[in-house]
Order: sequence, then structure tokens, then C-alpha cells
Amino acid sequence: MKIGVVTFPGSLDDVDARRAVALGGAEPVALWHGDHDLRGVDAVVLPGGFSYGDYLRCGAIARFAPVMTEVVTAARGGMPVLGICNGFQILCESHLLPGALIRNDHRKFGCLDQRISIENNATAWTSAYAAGQELTIVLKNGEGSYVADQHTLDLLEGEGRVVARYAGANPNGSQRAIAGVTNEAGNVVGLMPHPEHAVEDLCGPGTDGLGFFASVVAALQAA
Amino acid sequence: MARVVVDVMPKPEILDPQGKAVQGALPRLGFTGVSEVRQGKRFEIELDGDATEERLAQVREMAETLLSNPVIEDYAVRVVS
Repeated sequence: MKIGVVTFPGSLDDVDARRAVALGGAEPVALWHGDHDLRGVDAVVLPGGFSYGDYLRCGAIARFAPVMTEVVTAARGGMPVLGICNGFQILCESHLLPGALIRNDHRKFGCLDQRISIENNATAWTSAYAAGQELTIVLKNGEGSYVADQHTLDLLEGEGRVVARYAGANPNGSQRAIAGVTNEAGNVVGLMPHPEHAVEDLCGPGTDGLGFFASVVAALQAA
Repeated sequence: MARVVVDVMPKPEILDPQGKAVQGALPRLGFTGVSEVRQGKRFEIELDGDATEERLAQVREMAETLLSNPVIEDYAVRVVS
């Protein structure tokens, strides 16, 4: 079981994501933004950071990186793809997920241990959790406010495509407290908080994030 | 050579935290009577040759695919010289 983690210029959390992949039970494979193939991986993680310096809009330039052509094609074919933070922004810019992420309503960079509730445990990345289960994982972003038009928000709610919601006070102004969404097929998930920073007791707020990486291994084994 | 300007603005219904920050700073500097500030981006694009309808169609395609995100932003294209 191989899971690729893409490194873009300015990626920050690619090493942590590869470590989380290994702790979840898969073999991490480093992918480079300039790659034209996915090196035989079974799933892909787009990590957090500031790809291309967040120039223009977060994720806007990364969307056109050569490797993203391969990721978009694979995702449309059903390959599990998880975008975390900047990765979520890239998935929205790639139109693999609806909506967009804009600057936090309070205009400050937030960095905190955040409670979220898993709203949809039927995706490739969340099956290890119970529906409604609360987790505490790290949230750290400047542009994490999820926005979409009312029609899209209603559609996402109606189809159960809100994967995770912030519990307690809304940390960044996201509409309907949305922390993560999925595509229609449930193989592509975008998440603003960082499960890869909550996979070991040594550092971070615990191991609540490990389930994302264990889920995809189970999904790939079942496939 | 033609110069084309693409203005990109956050859609009216989208919160503009940067504009709000600027608006908040103005009274502190003594500028009063400002009811709203919205912040956008301006792209100045130099074209080889004239701004023909075909070239302008390409600029609009640039604006839709890269310069703006249609989910949160509107754009306007104009030829300035």
C-alpha cells in the first residue's frame, strides 16, 4: 500500500504527512510538484503549507503544477485524495471540491488545538471514526474560512458531504462551521485542520488524527 | 502593443477581511465618513500586437482560469491603450 505525499515549493507539512502515512500502516512515497507520474501510488495526500508562496490566491498556482494534472485525473477515476489546509485550498482551486477558502474573519493567523466533529464517516478517509465522533486536532491557518454560495452549501448538507464541522466557537468564520468537505464519490476529502499533527502522544494534542490515515488503508484493502 | 487591465474584486456577498481592516484603519488616521472599503487586485497585461477581439477572448479566459476564482471573485477586462 503506497500513499504519495506531494511536495510543492513552499509545502510545510509534507514530512509530517509522510510520517502519519507510515504510522497509519502504509508506505509513504514522496512526490514532487514537477512530476508527470504518480509513481504507482494508491492514494495521494496534498499537505499543508504555503505552496508557491500563496501568490495570487492560496493554491491557485499549485493547481497548475504538472503533478496536479495526474492527481486530478486519478481523483476523477476514484483514487483517494486528501488535501489538508493548503491541500484543501488546492483541491478547491482544482474544482475537485466546491467552494473556496478565504482569509479568517478575525484577520489573524490562528494556531490552536481544535475540536471537530466527524459528520460523514463513509468517505475513504473517515471510516475509522464513528459518525458524530469528536476529535481534537491542530488547526493553523490564515485563510481557512470556508465559503460557497447558499445553493452549494444546501447541496453539500443535503448530500452529507460535510465531512467535519468545528465544535464549539467557530475559529475562522467558515460558513456553517464547515471544517472539511468531500466530493460526490467520497474519495476526495479536503480538511482545514491537520490530522497529521495528531498522530503520536509525544507531540501535538494526542492521536485523534491517526484515523484519517488508518481509514484510507482500510479503504484500499477493501477495494 | 496594447495594454489590457483586468480588475478582480471579491464578490459583493463575500466577506472581505482585508477591506474591513483598511476601513478600520482610516478613522484612526483621521479619515472619517468612509462607509465601506473593498480590496481587489489589478493586473496590467501587455499584449504583443493589437487588442483584437480574439486576443481579448484569451484575456477573459486567463481571468477566468487563473487571475480570478469565479467562486469568490468577479473580474472586468478593459483595454487602456
